[in-house]
Amino acid sequence: MSSPAETGPPQYVITAENLTKRYGDVAAVDGISFSVPAGEAFGLLGPNGAGKSTTMKMIGAVSQRTSGSLSIMGLDPDLNGPEVRAHLGVVPQQDNLDEELKVRDNLLVYGRYFGLPMSYLRPKADELLEFAQLTDKAKSKVDALSGGMKRRLTIARSLINEPRILLLDEPTTGLDPQARHILWDRLFRLKEQGVTLILTTHYMDEAEQLCDRLIVVDKGRIMAEGSPANLIREYSTREVLELRFGSERNASIGAELEGIGERVETLPDRVLIYAHDGEAALEEVSGRGLRPVTSLVRRSSLEDVFLRLTGRSLVD
Amino acid sequence: MTRKAAAAGKAAAPGAVSEAPGPTAAPALRAHSPEVSAARARRWGSLYFAEHVLRVMKSYSWTIVMYGVGQPVAYLFAMGVGLATLVDTGRGAIFGGVSYLTFIAPALLISAAVMSAASEFTFPIMDGFKWRRVYYGPHASPLTPQQIALGQVIAVTVRFLLQSAIYFGVVALFGAAPSPWGWVSILVATLAGLSFGLPLMAYAASITQDKGQFAMVMRFLVMPLFLFSGTFFPLDTLPLTVRWIGWISPIWHGTELGRVFSYGYQEAPLLTVAHVVFLLALAVLGWLLTKRQFIKRMAG
Amino acid sequence: MSAGTTSHSDTEAARNRKFGPLYSRNVRAVVARGLMATRSSNWMVMLSGFFEPVLYLIAMGVGLGAIVGTVQGPGGGEISYAAYIAPALLAVSAMNGAVYDSTWNVFFKMNFSKLYQGMLYTSLGPLDVAMGEIFLALLRGLMYATGFTAVMGLMGLLTTPWAILMIPAAVLIAFGFASFGMGITSFMKTFQQMDWINFIMLPMFLFSATFYPLSVYPEYIQWFIQAMPLWHGVDLLRQISVGAFSPATAIHVGYYLVMIALGMLLTTGRLRKLFLK
Repeated sequence: MSSPAETGPPQYVITAENLTKRYGDVAAVDGISFSVPAGEAFGLLGPNGAGKSTTMKMIGAVSQRTSGSLSIMGLDPDLNGPEVRAHLGVVPQQDNLDEELKVRDNLLVYGRYFGLPMSYLRPKADELLEFAQLTDKAKSKVDALSGGMKRRLTIARSLINEPRILLLDEPTTGLDPQARHILWDRLFRLKEQGVTLILTTHYMDEAEQLCDRLIVVDKGRIMAEGSPANLIREYSTREVLELRFGSERNASIGAELEGIGERVETLPDRVLIYAHDGEAALEEVSGRGLRPVTSLVRRSSLEDVFLRLTGRSLVD
Repeated sequence: MTRKAAAAGKAAAPGAVSEAPGPTAAPALRAHSPEVSAARARRWGSLYFAEHVLRVMKSYSWTIVMYGVGQPVAYLFAMGVGLATLVDTGRGAIFGGVSYLTFIAPALLISAAVMSAASEFTFPIMDGFKWRRVYYGPHASPLTPQQIALGQVIAVTVRFLLQSAIYFGVVALFGAAPSPWGWVSILVATLAGLSFGLPLMAYAASITQDKGQFAMVMRFLVMPLFLFSGTFFPLDTLPLTVRWIGWISPIWHGTELGRVFSYGYQEAPLLTVAHVVFLLALAVLGWLLTKRQFIKRMAG
Repeated sequence: MSAGTTSHSDTEAARNRKFGPLYSRNVRAVVARGLMATRSSNWMVMLSGFFEPVLYLIAMGVGLGAIVGTVQGPGGGEISYAAYIAPALLAVSAMNGAVYDSTWNVFFKMNFSKLYQGMLYTSLGPLDVAMGEIFLALLRGLMYATGFTAVMGLMGLLTTPWAILMIPAAVLIAFGFASFGMGITSFMKTFQQMDWINFIMLPMFLFSATFYPLSVYPEYIQWFIQAMPLWHGVDLLRQISVGAFSPATAIHVGYYLVMIALGMLLTTGRLRKLFLK
């Protein structure tokens, strides 16, 4: 990774070098380095407890690092907290909207934290409600909103100061599929407008949809880095054959499958065969006289990348 | 703010979100730069958060009036008018030569502020950190934890001042605040509220598990302080075994001070100074603890 | 097939039972759950409810009593101020405890912890739940009343064996308020509305001849206060405390019996409406 500040344009808006955060003896973030250029959608992919949220908190200038260096828009968040936070929009993992205020008032009140005048905030709030498809809810109480609406309101709130960097911590966790797609669509629009998106997720499809580039993190360390397509190409095969032989038998049969495809991965509930051609691999399985209960051929995903890198699933 | 960052800010501006909705946004709506945001937040941040809290309070202003004004006025009627028929009969000397109504009016003013403090500085504080996590919204903005704490305190102070002023107006209508300095008791009530409330705020900010602590505070702290602080009768009618409760009670110090101002109650000037010092010291100590707790809790 | 007939006859049985689907005769289950929850919750919070009237008694009875001296009791005899307000404070605490348990507590379980929804998914009916909750409230009221009466004894405020009857009388008062409280709570939607309850209780507490005799008021206010439930409770306990009974005693008891009947009627009707639409 090249060093940030002196490269001139393309400017890195975020640069982390050996970033570390310890809680007592536990290193939540264990010496990670990355840089994010302006306008990129950058993802941190990893399971719960990987250190994603801790990293986000340090970028968001609400948590002090233990060691290493971190620069946001050329500023050190530990020394210039308010200045750094003034550049950011933040969508936290847990919504923290003020449920005692109405939907639109949440935006106004939040804008005031940036010292923005009401003459700006009133039309801006209407504009953002339209963007978040919440115009008809402007006068509703927050607790009357669905989970997806609250999420969109939180995103609208994070845009009130027109940030050029948006931090999204698990933006769609807990939402139903339809609500997730609406949200992705809105985030895509922001990306098109040149907003730098930093997002954490443990959903591989989310990372594939939204991220230009991502780091795979586990136990506070970076396991791999690259675009979703490159990561899949580098760490997995084109296709995956998923076989289920029934809970009792997966493990014992796994051994009999060795040699088919490029790699065989035995999980408690299924066996994965990584192969360039999944159908061909399935024929080979049948050829050995093995009859799976179910079989499925699919394209490789980031889930497979993560499994390859850590030997564990993303979502447990 | 470095020049480089400022330049980067300018370069990225055309891509900013204000263009989002496209054709409808006719007059270009543009937020001021992050540098301006940060500078303003550094200077006025506490007031920005106070504004937020006051907006929330506005949504339950009716409750505030009922608890902050209705409650003490009900007591004023029941005790100052009803009970007075039992106690005013020729025993005026006990109450420093004034009517029972005049005697309890400042005590109820102070007690109301302290009770309001007990509600404003408990659940809403815990709510900020725990249930609805209201403090973590501004925490991601340029505001600092101590500004969030101070903003909360400012807003509650405004509440104390307003409710005390309204209640004092009622007392004045009853003719129960004969001294021209009576209005100072509004400030005394506010100070007493903070003196009791700020240490409580520090405690509330330190709680991570709700085990009914606030119900205990109400019953084992607020109620005894209310009843044993010379509120309804002079403290020295109580035996020494419980009289000490008054000496450590912000309600007693506030009440005695309020009596000095509202009807010229005679006490040693040194004692008056002691009341002020006690209330101020407790408030300052409470604030320092609160500030420390907010920073500790939010800097994680 | 046999399962079908069983459930059919169950339905018949329920239809023939009093209150049909509202009541499954299993109040025990609700009470058992409540006792279990109490055991695992904070005992100090439970216990603290008992201290409030005691604190009032000490502060007002001792502190103010020193100034007031003696007042005329129900029998016409002079009694100490502490002995005068003690039964009133017991009535107030019976009211407060019952109202808290049947309003705030029920409101929270109905709208926030969703406890009742869970219970009603089982074979329990709404009336089982209501009666269970009221029983728990009365059990607590009984404990507080016993404790308070004991404190009165320790302070030398009991002069007649009749005074022991204050305990069941306090439970009667609590029953009256609890049965109504629950019905009223079923109308409440927000915390702000719940605050209304406090705003009604406070004046009742202050003005129901708790701290001074009714004769202080002009006649029309006296009539008004005598229409309020707490005054009947205060006067009933005050009469019992000195063993001075009069025809009014029967009126007080009757007032509460009617209140309990109407309250249960209201609560049952509301539960039917809320849960069995």
